Amino acid sequence: MFNDVAIRLRGVSKRYYLGSPVGEGFKHLILHLPSQIKALRQRRPFHALTDVSFDVRRGECVSLIGRNGAGKSTTLSLIAGVLRASAGKVETYGRICPLLELGAGFNHQLTGRENILLNGVLLGLTRREVRQRTAQIIEFSELHDFIDAPLRTYSSGMVVRLGFSVAVHLDPDILLIDEVLAVGDARFRTKCFERMEHFRRRGTTMIFVSHDTGSVSRISDRVALFDAGRLIDIGEPGRIIDAYQQRSLAA
Amino acid sequence: MAILSTFAATQTRSRALVYYRDLVLVLLAKEFKVRYKNTFMGYAWSVLHPLVLALIFSLFFSVFVRLQVPDYTLYLMAGLFPWQWVSNTCFGANGYFLSNASLIKKVRFQRWMLVLSGVLNEAIHFVCSLPVVIGFMLYYSKSPEWNWLWAVPLLLGIQIVMMTGVGLFIGTCNLFFRDLERLVSLLVQLLFYLTPIVYTADMIPPGYTWLLYANPFAALIVCWQDLFYAGALTPAFLATAAAWSAAWALMGGCVYACKVWRFAEIV
Ligand SMILES: Nc1ncnc2c1ncn2[C@@H]1O[C@H](COP(=O)(O)OP(=O)(O)OP(=O)(O)O)[C@@H](O)[C@H]1O
Ligand SMILES: [Mg+2]
Repeated sequence: MFNDVAIRLRGVSKRYYLGSPVGEGFKHLILHLPSQIKALRQRRPFHALTDVSFDVRRGECVSLIGRNGAGKSTTLSLIAGVLRASAGKVETYGRICPLLELGAGFNHQLTGRENILLNGVLLGLTRREVRQRTAQIIEFSELHDFIDAPLRTYSSGMVVRLGFSVAVHLDPDILLIDEVLAVGDARFRTKCFERMEHFRRRGTTMIFVSHDTGSVSRISDRVALFDAGRLIDIGEPGRIIDAYQQRSLAA
Repeated sequence: MAILSTFAATQTRSRALVYYRDLVLVLLAKEFKVRYKNTFMGYAWSVLHPLVLALIFSLFFSVFVRLQVPDYTLYLMAGLFPWQWVSNTCFGANGYFLSNASLIKKVRFQRWMLVLSGVLNEAIHFVCSLPVVIGFMLYYSKSPEWNWLWAVPLLLGIQIVMMTGVGLFIGTCNLFFRDLERLVSLLVQLLFYLTPIVYTADMIPPGYTWLLYANPFAALIVCWQDLFYAGALTPAFLATAAAWSAAWALMGGCVYACKVWRFAEIV
C-alpha cells in the first residue's frame, strides 16, 4: 500500500549556478553588460545532487552520512520543501518539522518565548495550538531562566535546545534533524536521543544527518551513504557505516 | 492525491483561515518588536517625521516662496502622511526577504506573508497618525465628512494592495541585485517631486498633467488629499489609483511567483 511511504525521492537532482553574475549587483550588471551576458551564457551548473532516489517508509528512521559537501543538507532541505529540485520528484506525506543546520528558523532579536510562537506558527500550527504547548517546550528545553532573554544572547547549544524542543512538541509526522545535536551537551543529547527513541516507537518518520557514526548506528533502521551528490548505497547501518569508514581511509 | 501535502493544505477551510490570520499576526508582531524596540517611540517617529517635513515645507513655500495655497500646512500633511507610507514601504521592501534569511532558509511557509505583514505594519502606523491629521483639520475649521466611512477603508485597501505589490517586486528584485537600494532611493526621491505634495495638482501646466496618471503613486496621493483637504474624491483619480494598485499587485505577484522557489538558495 502506498500509504506506507512517508518520503519518496525519484531521480532528484539539484543544480546550483555558482558565481551567478547578477549577485554582483545592478550597477555591475549595467556597467559590464556585454561581458556579463557572456558569463551568464557560459556559467556552468554545479551538481549538488545527482539522480537520487530512495523511499522512506512510515515510522522508519533513516540516517544520511557522507563527507562535507556530499549533499546531505541539500537533500534535507528538498524534503523540507525549502528548496526545489532541479529535476525529479520529491513526495512527502504528513507534516514535517525540519531542524535544518544550526538555528531552526528563529529571529535573533526576539526572546526565546516569542521565538517559540513564531517558529510554531511558521511550522503550521495556530497560535492557540502553540500556546497550549509552550509550557512543555520550555520545560523540555530547560531554559526557564533565559526564556525571556533575546535569542542573540543565547549560546549555540541553547539555541539548539530551543529548536529541538519546539520541533518535538509539534507532533510532527516527519522529523528532519541535521547535525543540530552536535553542539548540545551530553545530558541534553541523551535526552534528545531518548525523545527520538520515543518518536520511533510512536511511528514518527525521521531523517537524521550526523557525522557521529556511533549515534547513527544506534538510532537508525537504515543508513544512506552520500558522496559528491550521489547516493552510493543505502541499507543496514553496520554495513554502510563500515563502507563509509573504508572509503574515508582509502581517500 | 496531493503531492507535497503541507499541513495547512490538508486542513479544513476554517482552520486554514485561522492559521493564515495567525501567521500574519505573528509576523506583524515580530516586525513591530524587531523594528521598534519601543512601540511608543516607533509611533512617535512615524508622526514626527511628516510633521517636521510639513513645518519645514510650509515655512519655505508659504513664507519664503509665497505659494498661494489656502491652509497650506494642512495640504502638506494630507500628502505627506500617505507618502511616508509609500516611501517607507519602498525602502523597507529591500529587506522584507533579505532580513528574514534565517526564516526563509529553514522553514517552508508562504514567503509573501513577510511582505504583507510589513505593509500592514505601515498601514497601522498610518491609521494611528490619522488623529493628528484630523486635529489639524479641526484647527483649520474643517472636519471629516460622512464619506470617510467608505472612502478611508477603500483608499486603505487600494494602498495596501499597491504597497504589497511594490514590496513583492522590490523585495524579490533586491535578492538578485543587492545594490537595488540606491536605485530605489533615487527613484523614490524623484517620484516625490513628481507627485503633487508640496505643490497642488492645479499648478501643473496642461501639457504635463499626463504625469499625474503616469506616476504610479500620484493618483493615490491626490485621492488622500481630496479626502483630507478638499472633502470629496475625484472619480478619475480614484480609478487611476485603483488601476495602478492592480498593476502593481500583478507585477509584484508575477515576479515573486516566478522567483520564489529560488529564495532559499540565494538569500
Ligand atoms: N545556496 C547554495 N549555492 C550554491 N551552492 C550550494 C548552496 N548550498 C549548497 N551548495 C553546495 O552544495 C553542496 C552540498 O552541500 P550540503 O550542504 O548539502 O553538504 P552536506 O552534505 O550537508 O555537508 P556537511 O557535512 O558539511 O554539512 C556543497 O558543495 C555546497 O557548496
Ligand atoms: Mg550539512
